[in-house]
Amino acid sequence: MRNVLPILTIVLAILAIWYASAIALNAPWAYDKAKRANIELSATDLVRDTWSQKKPKLPVPHQVASEIWDTTGAMVLSGRGFSKRSLIYHSWVTFSATILGFALGTVLGTLLAVGIVYNRTMDLSVMPWVITSQTVPIIAIAPMIIVVLNAVGISGLLPKAMISMYLSFFPVVVGMVKGLRSPDAMQLDQMRTWNASAAQTFWRLRLPSSMPYLFASLKVGIAASLVGAIVGELPTGAVAGLGARLLAGSYYGQTVQIWSALLTAAALAALMVGVIGLIQRVTLKRMGMA
Amino acid sequence: MGWLLGAVAAWLIGWQINSRLARRPLSRATAFAGPVIFGLTVILIWECLVRGLDISPVLLPPPSQIIQTFGASLPLLWRDFVQTVVKGALTGYVLGCSAAVLLAVAIDRFPFLKRGLLPVGSFMAALPIIGLAPILVMWFGFDWQSKAAVVVVMVFFPMLVNTVEGLSDTGAMQRDLMRTYAAGYWKTLFKLRLPAAMPFIFNGLKIATTLALIGAIVAEFFGSPTKGMGFRISISVGQLAMDLVWAEIVVAAIAGSAFYGAIALLEKTLTFWHPSQRGRM
Repeated sequence: MRNVLPILTIVLAILAIWYASAIALNAPWAYDKAKRANIELSATDLVRDTWSQKKPKLPVPHQVASEIWDTTGAMVLSGRGFSKRSLIYHSWVTFSATILGFALGTVLGTLLAVGIVYNRTMDLSVMPWVITSQTVPIIAIAPMIIVVLNAVGISGLLPKAMISMYLSFFPVVVGMVKGLRSPDAMQLDQMRTWNASAAQTFWRLRLPSSMPYLFASLKVGIAASLVGAIVGELPTGAVAGLGARLLAGSYYGQTVQIWSALLTAAALAALMVGVIGLIQRVTLKRMGMA
Repeated sequence: MGWLLGAVAAWLIGWQINSRLARRPLSRATAFAGPVIFGLTVILIWECLVRGLDISPVLLPPPSQIIQTFGASLPLLWRDFVQTVVKGALTGYVLGCSAAVLLAVAIDRFPFLKRGLLPVGSFMAALPIIGLAPILVMWFGFDWQSKAAVVVVMVFFPMLVNTVEGLSDTGAMQRDLMRTYAAGYWKTLFKLRLPAAMPFIFNGLKIATTLALIGAIVAEFFGSPTKGMGFRISISVGQLAMDLVWAEIVVAAIAGSAFYGAIALLEKTLTFWHPSQRGRM
């Protein structure tokens, strides 16, 4: 709680810089307009104009906020909450691809980690490639995955989810390998003195002690998953989803729309990481680990 | 049918060799050979499956064809590499990382700011920053400057958080010792705290290498001059020239691994004293 004041200060500073930069960046266009209309701009006029342009170089926070409200809350009130113009619809499209990819990535990552921990051959041959795969900017493949899967008749949610899966499985593998190996020799010996089978050792010792590692990786994984879903929406040509809103906004120079999609994506990321944090706290508490 | 049998045979042989290797005590040679054999096996299986199942090269070209295209279009690939990696990613990487380190050192003097900036910075590092790409392309134009700008923003926050954390990684005992030596703020910074922060800084630098390449490539999807890896990938996908796409991916893979490897090597030479580096081959 003692961090609230410093955080507020930083956030206020960011907002102040944002408003000031908006004046600086949008001023040329404001002067341009004034010159053509043959009027002299006073300082207050200038500020008012730069903070309310239709296609500003940098929209100010309240413009973005009102755009977000117009495309979410206001549309819900008028009963069109799920229409194609509403950000709720686009967020839902991105969110479902993110969650599907995240779930697939978590399952795949956990299975791979179990294989790596229990099989020396896999540890030797697969683990280095898992690590190398992340130094490769794999997002470059995204357009190709979309097009190829489209060509074999798979379209819609799954191709995007595949990209999310690829981005989110890595943190899970690395975290789970570490977690499944975290019980020390003493604990493993204890299991052996109880004559525990391999399966029992896994379910009662290794898996429970890997939970803190799992949740730490899940938080990284879901953020990466969202990035994957957004990038996956770019090559399909701006149909639906937050990535499509970004692309459409950049085609037509709708900066306010880009920023509102961006902030919505940020809120979505924060929300998902927050939910995982909550599940983590509850689970670890019930397991007696926190 | 022959090709399919070949795929199965390649899998069996590769797996056999590796399980033999795994049973031996771990040495430098086995740690190197294992992954290499695994990689070769995968490539062989890929080649055999594509030929055996008659998969159209539009969907998945065989590795042999990718290598051919790679060799045939070297000048093109080189031009794209210079545009995206050298001009876009590297410029942004250097600017972003140095800005983050400088800001971290500046903030470090004010505990109040540090307490506020650390949570905000970690929050920003988790956001889909890549979404800023269309905005920055609008501001800085289509050429590499906008790509460098995207990279700067992407690497900035992970780097900042890591450096701030690293700078506070000195014990009270160590700082007291510096005080008994009558070392001032700057002396303590350069002789104790920056060296102690090195492992954290390198952790940030390593994360940032991948982010830099991703940022530079994805930013090109939002508009670029007629060269660059991201541009070539999105254009070739549209023309269904998948072999060229794969060739670009090979370039991206080599560039990414080399970039990461170079930073890791630098880390090893600069932080040889750190426990995590000691005793490693």
